[in-house]
Amino acid sequence: MSKVRVLVGTRKGAFILTSDGKREKWDVSGPHFAGWELYHIKGSPVDPNRIYASQTSGWFGQIIQRSDDGGKTWFQPGTPAGEPTTSPDGMPIGESNKFVYDSSPETGKPLTTHQFYDGTPKPWEFKRVWHIEPSLDDPEIVYAGVEDAALFRSTNGGQTWSELSGLRGHGTGAQWQPGAGGLCLHTIILDPKNRERIYIAISAAGAFRTDDGGATWKPINQGLRSQYIPDPTAEVGHCVHHITMHPAKSDVLFMQKHWDVMRSNDAGDSWHEVSGNLPTDFGFAIDVHAHEPETIYVVPIKSDSEHYPLDGQLRVYRSRTGGNEWEALTKGLPQENCYVNVLRDAMAVDTLDSCGVYFGTTGGQVYASPDAGDTWAPIVRDLPPVLSVEVQTLT
Amino acid sequence: MIQVVLPAHLRSLAGIKGDVELEVDGEVTRRSILDALEKRYPMLRGTIRDHVEGQRRPMLRFFACSEDVTHESADAPLPEAIASGTEPFFIIGAIAGG
Repeated sequence: MSKVRVLVGTRKGAFILTSDGKREKWDVSGPHFAGWELYHIKGSPVDPNRIYASQTSGWFGQIIQRSDDGGKTWFQPGTPAGEPTTSPDGMPIGESNKFVYDSSPETGKPLTTHQFYDGTPKPWEFKRVWHIEPSLDDPEIVYAGVEDAALFRSTNGGQTWSELSGLRGHGTGAQWQPGAGGLCLHTIILDPKNRERIYIAISAAGAFRTDDGGATWKPINQGLRSQYIPDPTAEVGHCVHHITMHPAKSDVLFMQKHWDVMRSNDAGDSWHEVSGNLPTDFGFAIDVHAHEPETIYVVPIKSDSEHYPLDGQLRVYRSRTGGNEWEALTKGLPQENCYVNVLRDAMAVDTLDSCGVYFGTTGGQVYASPDAGDTWAPIVRDLPPVLSVEVQTLT
Repeated sequence: MIQVVLPAHLRSLAGIKGDVELEVDGEVTRRSILDALEKRYPMLRGTIRDHVEGQRRPMLRFFACSEDVTHESADAPLPEAIASGTEPFFIIGAIAGG
């Protein structure tokens, strides 16, 4: 029988929620890594028991955790339990939390500056991993999107990390500036039809694409219009909040920008707005139905300064037409006095026949819909603020 | 043996129960204590000072014999009571809410 495992990252630890295919009764385990911020947790598509987690702290920095048993036990992959902690020559091993920008002459790019909030130049400085994206083919390969914005890759299961410096150093970096959450690379999408193609997004720089496995990159922001930057149609500088893609139509991308829901039919080369009849088109999360590439979900948020739903009513909006025409989904969601937010990585779908949709809130609720959004119920109500939600469908 | 007191989060990260006892080669300084600590518990590398420059993470502080030595040179000799193990060397997370 099918099973669903929901991986939840919060401000104070990780939680793992499991259910059978009915998705009615849930087991909750956690908190794992209690007291730490868990920005993102995601499993390998080819080995679901291999799960990577980004554990971080303002005091102690970045830790990468890995589980090889579906989240029951965890270890830092640079220091596996029971193995020597030093190399034969006595040097300490354990490099899984080492993220160093590559400025080497051979493979790196010079460590330049980006813009601070006030426009002054600021040198790149690593702060944390926002997003982890395991490879579609190899459980040992995993990507990490970090703040200050850059893309790293591990080819040994997270033991060591190398920057794909062509992104940070491709030329527009000096114009990137932090969004409210920092200068973060928060979205990584691997193209299942073209293994050399990767999409990423950065707040506040925009979307970028590589077609050569990460060596070279180009901005893909044509058609975005952001009134809050000096040149609203600039090549970079847009606060892209999240991007999603259906694997069966990998040239079609959907974006929740700061304001505006956008769509691209040409792998990001151009974008057009599909906000349509949304009551507000500000938001963070966006996702696509597992079996219907034209069915997408957003959670409209009132405004950039009022990060909560309109009128205190938590409503997911669904479009079955790839945008423009939206319907409110409210059954089972609070329709009064609700002032939570849903962050960019806090929505996910499962791949069961009746597609399940999940999202977590800054109020600590995780909601699930086993029927593609028609009805909702909370799995848990009182977790710490939810930073990320990912779902694994297990058979 | 040098006694080191770690914040609870770092103890749990390294699987340490209680305080740490370390052998330190040569002069007992902050650097030599951290070198010995990271050698024994490599999972702590990067959590107290950064990997490349060895800079203290900004929200950590160091105390020796009730004195704040956070801003002293990493190579300054620590008091004899620390070197002899009579008093512990404290690594403390700054009080910053959260």
